Amino acid sequence: MSPPGAPDLAAAAAAPGIAVAAAPDLPDIFPPVVRRRGLRGVVARHPAAAIGVAILLLMLLAALLAPVLFTVDPTALAPSRRTRLPSAQYWFGTDMLGRDIYSRVIYGARVSLVVGFSVAALASAIGLAIGLVSGFVRVLDGIVMRVMDGLMSIPPILLAVALMALTRGSVGNVVAAITIAEIPRVARLVRGVVLSLREQPYVDGAVASGSTVPAIIWRHILPNTLAPLSVQATYICASAMITEAILSFIGAGTPPTTPSWGNIMAEGRALWQVKPTIVFFPALFLSLTVLAVNLVGDGLRDALDPRMAKRL
Amino acid sequence: MALLEVECLRTHFRTPDGVNRAVDGVSFSVEAGETLAIVGESGCGKSVTANSILRLIPAKVGRSTGVVRFEGRNLLELSPRAMRQIRGNAIGMIFQEPMTSLNPVLTVGRQIGESLRLHQGLDRRRAEARAVEMLTLVGIPEPQRRVRAYPHQLSGGMRQRVMIAMALACNPKLLIADEPTTALDVTIQAQILDLTRDLKHRVGAAIILITHDLGVVAEVASRVIVMYAGRKIEEAPVAELFRRPRHPYTQGLLGAVPRLGSSLDGTRGRLAEIPGLVPSLTTRIAGCVFAGRCPRATDLCRAIAPAMAAKAPGHGAACHHAPAEAAAA
Amino acid sequence: MLAYAGRRVLATIPVMAVVALFVFSLLYIAPGDPAAIIAGDQATPDDIARIRATLGLDRPFLVRFGEWSWRILQGDLGTSIFTALPVTALIRQRIEPTLSLMVVTLILSVGVAVPLGVAAAWKAGTLVDRLVMTLAVLGFSVPVFVISYLLAYVFALELEWLPVQGYTPIASGLWPWFRNLILPSIALGSVYVALIARITRATMLEVLAQDYIKTAAAKGVGSRGLLFVHALKNAAVPIVTVIGLGIALLIGGAVVTESVFVIPGLGRLTVDAILRRDYPVIQGVVLLFSFCYVLVNLGIDLTYMLLDPRIRY
Repeated sequence: MSPPGAPDLAAAAAAPGIAVAAAPDLPDIFPPVVRRRGLRGVVARHPAAAIGVAILLLMLLAALLAPVLFTVDPTALAPSRRTRLPSAQYWFGTDMLGRDIYSRVIYGARVSLVVGFSVAALASAIGLAIGLVSGFVRVLDGIVMRVMDGLMSIPPILLAVALMALTRGSVGNVVAAITIAEIPRVARLVRGVVLSLREQPYVDGAVASGSTVPAIIWRHILPNTLAPLSVQATYICASAMITEAILSFIGAGTPPTTPSWGNIMAEGRALWQVKPTIVFFPALFLSLTVLAVNLVGDGLRDALDPRMAKRL
Repeated sequence: MALLEVECLRTHFRTPDGVNRAVDGVSFSVEAGETLAIVGESGCGKSVTANSILRLIPAKVGRSTGVVRFEGRNLLELSPRAMRQIRGNAIGMIFQEPMTSLNPVLTVGRQIGESLRLHQGLDRRRAEARAVEMLTLVGIPEPQRRVRAYPHQLSGGMRQRVMIAMALACNPKLLIADEPTTALDVTIQAQILDLTRDLKHRVGAAIILITHDLGVVAEVASRVIVMYAGRKIEEAPVAELFRRPRHPYTQGLLGAVPRLGSSLDGTRGRLAEIPGLVPSLTTRIAGCVFAGRCPRATDLCRAIAPAMAAKAPGHGAACHHAPAEAAAA
Repeated sequence: MLAYAGRRVLATIPVMAVVALFVFSLLYIAPGDPAAIIAGDQATPDDIARIRATLGLDRPFLVRFGEWSWRILQGDLGTSIFTALPVTALIRQRIEPTLSLMVVTLILSVGVAVPLGVAAAWKAGTLVDRLVMTLAVLGFSVPVFVISYLLAYVFALELEWLPVQGYTPIASGLWPWFRNLILPSIALGSVYVALIARITRATMLEVLAQDYIKTAAAKGVGSRGLLFVHALKNAAVPIVTVIGLGIALLIGGAVVTESVFVIPGLGRLTVDAILRRDYPVIQGVVLLFSFCYVLVNLGIDLTYMLLDPRIRY
């Protein structure tokens, strides 16, 4: 009766002539993991984000270089050449007033990008300030957060619509209206980070050792807020571009004299069943740009914080 | 034929840092009704071994090769369906963390009854009645009421009793207990161990007990396997291992057990420590995995990995320098 | 449990008050003279003065806010400048199409998005997952009117399967009513589906990594049981929360969808009011939508008690 576990013991002991019993060398189950470095590695690991960055750079270039990209005056009327289909002369065709849609779409990139980036920057900065105050000044926290809750209960597009109904249509007013609607989300995010960091022993230690509040914010809070905030900012940028287009589309956005993707579509609305190209090109550019910003946001999120990557 | 025979089991994980060889060529067997302990530091691959037997490693992250023969069938080659019929039925499993191992939104009665409904085709009412019996068996007071309770309404010890009831509900032939007492208070630990031993006699199941607690091993196991860095490095009957450990790692491990009165004795006041760190499992190691920390390591150890070899009857060790009794060869 | 419900209900009161105060103060926050803007470019000083009086801008803020709130509590949302009809009457005429559109969109979206998210989580890293996630990114990126035009062009103009535009009241039959709502609902639901599918996937991934899922698998529970009995119930709270919060997207999107598909609902009412600068109507619609939004989310908070036995405080 051999004791339990005997089989492999017996096998090992069965070769008494060899002084050294070597364990068998086993081949790997998985092929080795190769990790590429440098820019090519980043692109290989985050192809979607790389595509997003590329599209966004192209749009930025188009917006900056609009006058030299074979465009004509985007507001020049030409009643004799109304509603042309795309051709060698009018790449994207002309609208019902004979304006060149290609030129209008390229110039329209300026509005979308300016609105997207300004709203992202302003909402982040103001939201950061409000969030910091709320997180540090306990007395104000209750009131500030109730106000933010109330603001968040008004659907953002309606809030912007209501604000725009009371002001003249201009890019600046559009930026202001969308910014107000986006602030509460940033403020809540920052406050959450501040409150969770205040629980951390090292921040406690800094407080106990007499660091001033600005020093604590600068050294501990800001570095930890930056990652989630920059991800949030890209999503705000994308949603601001969409909101701007919606506002212009329903006639509460940029004035008709400033071509923006939203109001080009609004003007093509009446004719869309017979001349869909008027709506098609601005729609395509808007969708591509928003997609690019979202891809960059997803890439940032994955790169900056794997734990957050699961949550958002 | 043994109830369970594991031959050259290997489980590797794909991680961003490379391939992790968590279990790398482990063989052992379990006889019907016996208690086998698998010991080692955390990260030595003992839990992965347990999970690999029941094929609970998600295919996305890891893969197992080798043979896990249970009642003559290789579990690694069964269809997913056939495998499900074994889990919770012929093989039951208890996990380490009673706090997180029970589903928080289902009643304990439903969770105990689930395997009965799956494997024995009981309806909801009969499954609940049987769950009450199981709760009584594991010594939970007021089982009629507790069967409708949610896990958060129970204490840690009670939850571990529920886990045991769940694992034993279908009268398994083999019970795998992965660190069943680690997360519990010392007094509760003792109660749970007593319960396990008591139930083992009643149910007659074989047990694989995974633990890093040598005190627990001495109390309940009949045979012990020591694992280090994904390999089995020593195997012996429990008394033999404690009396005469052969592998330098086991000797270090046993030296690290605090003994009663050692702190009073000035000369033996400190725990024996094994210097160095466990090697990274993502790099391939040439030679013996323990060579980096071993006081007796030679060039031979660093070049050639030692195979398991019999050092005494029923006692094997994977060490070039471990002394063998003449009788063993 | 009652204490939890009571506290939730009480907590919505200050939120509603802030909403009301904010919507009311917009008139004062806006730069420039709102009366002049509402009156339009061709207005005489008399017109502007009349509108200023109608809006109450000539009286102190607090007095005016008090009167306004008191009337709102009595169900009076003011009078339209353009039609001279009560805003509540205008809303009543237009509420059915909007409510229909939202309810149909909600049901279709949740019905599609949750299974998609579950499938993506279960098959994480595979083609299925990547497909669902790509759809989600597209849903977030392609604005609602672009999807509206695309759907209308393909399914109404080219294939002629469904009507291009319009709305049929539910009183004229369930199928004609539903037929008109299919395309608008899909268009309106696209962002919503993206949002819900994404949170479902993320939450399910987190839940599937929990110890109790392994416990269930060790009992021999199959993949369907693991996903729908053990995991989904644990993932329910975050998913349901996002379903509630996402209604804000539906409300904003409805304004656009109704314009594209020519549905005579509250969204159309808003757009028309913008073109006519009929501020009391806009104010009334914003207030109504915001209150509904707060109430829906209160209802969702209360369902937590059914979804998670641990919520009893």
